[in-house]
Amino acid sequence: MNNFEEFVTKSKKEWDDLLKSDIPLIYLGTASCGIAAGAEDVKESILTTIEKNSISARLVEVGCIGTCYLEPLMDVSAFGNPRISYGNVSSMQAEKILKKYLLEQDCLPKTALGHFGEDSFDGIPNFFDHPMLKPQVRIVLKNCGFIDPTNINHYLARNGYQGLRKALQLSPEEVIEEVADSGLRGRGGAGFPTAKKWRICREAPDETKYIICNADEGDPGAYMNRLLIESDPHAVLEGMLIAAYAIGASKGFIYIRAEYPLAIQRLRNAINQMETKELIGENILGSDFSFNIHIKEGAGAFVCGEETALIHSIEGERGMPQTRPPFPAVSGLNGKPTVINNVETLGTIPHIIRNGSEWYRQYGVDGNYGTKTFSLVGKIRRTGLIEVPLGTPLRKIIYDIGGGTLKTFKAVQTGGPSGGCIPEELLDTPVTYEDLAAIGSIMGSGGLIVMDSDTCVVDLARYFLDFIQKESCGKCTPCRVGTRHMVEVLEKICKGLIDAKALGELESLALMVKSTSLCGLGQTAPNPVLTTLRYFRPEYVQHVVNMYCPALVCRGLIEYSVTPEKCTGCQRCVSVCPTGAITGPRSEPHNLDVSKCIKCRACYEICRFDAIAGNAIVIRSREEA
Amino acid sequence: MENWNLIIDSVLKKYSVDSSNLIPLLQDIQNEFGYISLPVVERIADYLKITENKIYGVASFFSQFRFTPRGRHSISACLGTACHVCGGEILLETLERELEVKPGECTADMRFDLNRVACLGCCALAPVLKVDGDIYGNVTVIKLKEILAKYE
Repeated sequence: MNNFEEFVTKSKKEWDDLLKSDIPLIYLGTASCGIAAGAEDVKESILTTIEKNSISARLVEVGCIGTCYLEPLMDVSAFGNPRISYGNVSSMQAEKILKKYLLEQDCLPKTALGHFGEDSFDGIPNFFDHPMLKPQVRIVLKNCGFIDPTNINHYLARNGYQGLRKALQLSPEEVIEEVADSGLRGRGGAGFPTAKKWRICREAPDETKYIICNADEGDPGAYMNRLLIESDPHAVLEGMLIAAYAIGASKGFIYIRAEYPLAIQRLRNAINQMETKELIGENILGSDFSFNIHIKEGAGAFVCGEETALIHSIEGERGMPQTRPPFPAVSGLNGKPTVINNVETLGTIPHIIRNGSEWYRQYGVDGNYGTKTFSLVGKIRRTGLIEVPLGTPLRKIIYDIGGGTLKTFKAVQTGGPSGGCIPEELLDTPVTYEDLAAIGSIMGSGGLIVMDSDTCVVDLARYFLDFIQKESCGKCTPCRVGTRHMVEVLEKICKGLIDAKALGELESLALMVKSTSLCGLGQTAPNPVLTTLRYFRPEYVQHVVNMYCPALVCRGLIEYSVTPEKCTGCQRCVSVCPTGAITGPRSEPHNLDVSKCIKCRACYEICRFDAIAGNAIVIRSREEA
Repeated sequence: MENWNLIIDSVLKKYSVDSSNLIPLLQDIQNEFGYISLPVVERIADYLKITENKIYGVASFFSQFRFTPRGRHSISACLGTACHVCGGEILLETLERELEVKPGECTADMRFDLNRVACLGCCALAPVLKVDGDIYGNVTVIKLKEILAKYE
């Protein structure tokens, strides 16, 4: 324990020295999303600017704060001023900001997004007063965007591993009790009480037990786990250690998607650092507790989010689910009691142990305590990763945090392919496990996909079913054959090849698949269809009766045409059309031959965005022709 | 061929003879060769003392494994929900048409292989396309040509 005190003291000093640094600090968010938005170019620009202008400054790479629509994000802390944040920074802007601020002491208040100081500062708002951040409660995401995720000292300096230290002073039963009192439920989506799972496993008679961290984030449209691991890997690892101590496991696995190379790299790096601080291996922090972690890269199968399928995959088998009971907590990996917890669940544990269950219960509502992270994406103004107390109404998330939609709001999908499509009139539903289930959706792992009037819900249902159909493991007939049949019906609806009878057939198929499938994948697969049929039936009816897709998405029901009055005859569309469907001499309105048109959208885009084009190409319903 | 055997040997050596190592082993092999070939499957079966059938059963279950060679560059078109809503399907179709390949295949000149992926986790930038390690966000049909032109 004494060594640990020393590590903490040193880490705190390193952190304090960094904050009080004499030379300016430049923070850059370099999680995957930042990199995708161009952070690598910005990094190069920062380094060249510093060098060329002989500026003495230091670059600190941090994770992601969650305001993804503002990426790349660069913060500068200098001259004793609070750290100031700049958004959507291009290479050129980075150079300009750094030169102005660091050479002329002009921090460009108008360009700045916000500052991270305690008091008000120079016409720049506080970053946490930003409308996207103000309603949030950041517990799990506390460190994201603030610390260098590759430096364990930063984590230690901000109370890292204090939860583990406290846990080791308690008995395993007391740790489970504390988690039980907090009311924490599984953040992977199903909401099973975490402590209950732990207790079943702890009480199982076997000597050997395992803990598995499920980081196989397969839900398309969700990236909470990736961001947390990339930005604060030690939080998840600390939670895993506490869980292992509580259930009596000495070996743990992290099952993570191979599609997340940066997250895997950060985890490996973090585990190596833990070794140097005696936080992993034999006699952790001088206690009797010994524990090792192995990383298993998932090879890509959505069904492996299901616990028994995941276990089979770790065992080197096809990832197929099996009947339960026995539950993994009694008989799991290699037949031994195994707890599988989601990344976010584990990331929450250190906070609960450190601050106590009562502290945690102040957030959220009865039976749904604490916070939940969501990835807010789709047709919304402010996309990003957020954390809110459970019980927050959807409306608040979409309008206050997300800033609403550009066009008319249509629906929000929670829970990904297993969830439901929620219409405007139900937006006051509080986000809790029970309230979402009551309206036919699920909490899920945290994907929130917002749709506006440009999204066709029938097409969306087809998309989800197609996804599930491809991911069905094929073990049980209702899921394997039933979902295929549902996809076929939906495809026909989208192409206008089927009449109104199809809706009844679709509904009965959905109910059959839901009630007779073996695992969660099949049981929840029909949810997108059932909820869209329930809340958006008129839109289905328009497809099958009027052969009309109101969102102008279903390509069998739309066509492209040229508005002659607007067409400038610039021939840009002629040059991009892959099938020669558009013809016409220069400077005269062009002609679009619908029989040749494959609806690839190229002409539409070029006509809209090219300076000399006239925005003359329109997408219209086939019926209007 | 000798070299080929040496590479396989060096990979196999890292793993104990335990069938639970099958997936990491296949991943390692794919990192080396870009795909899983029949001769490789034979070697693994021999080493882990399991049948070739079993290996094919596991490998074909997971979307990561491929059985055809890769091109010089790998394109992954993201068809996650956010990308779908923002037009990802049209992008994939355009790629299929321009490159004259289906997902999982490689162009005749070995320049590109095309893959569809469920989600790259960059949903805020939808629709997203990944070429080798580079991620492109907010991609449109007309931007595609520019992007592909960067890779020879």
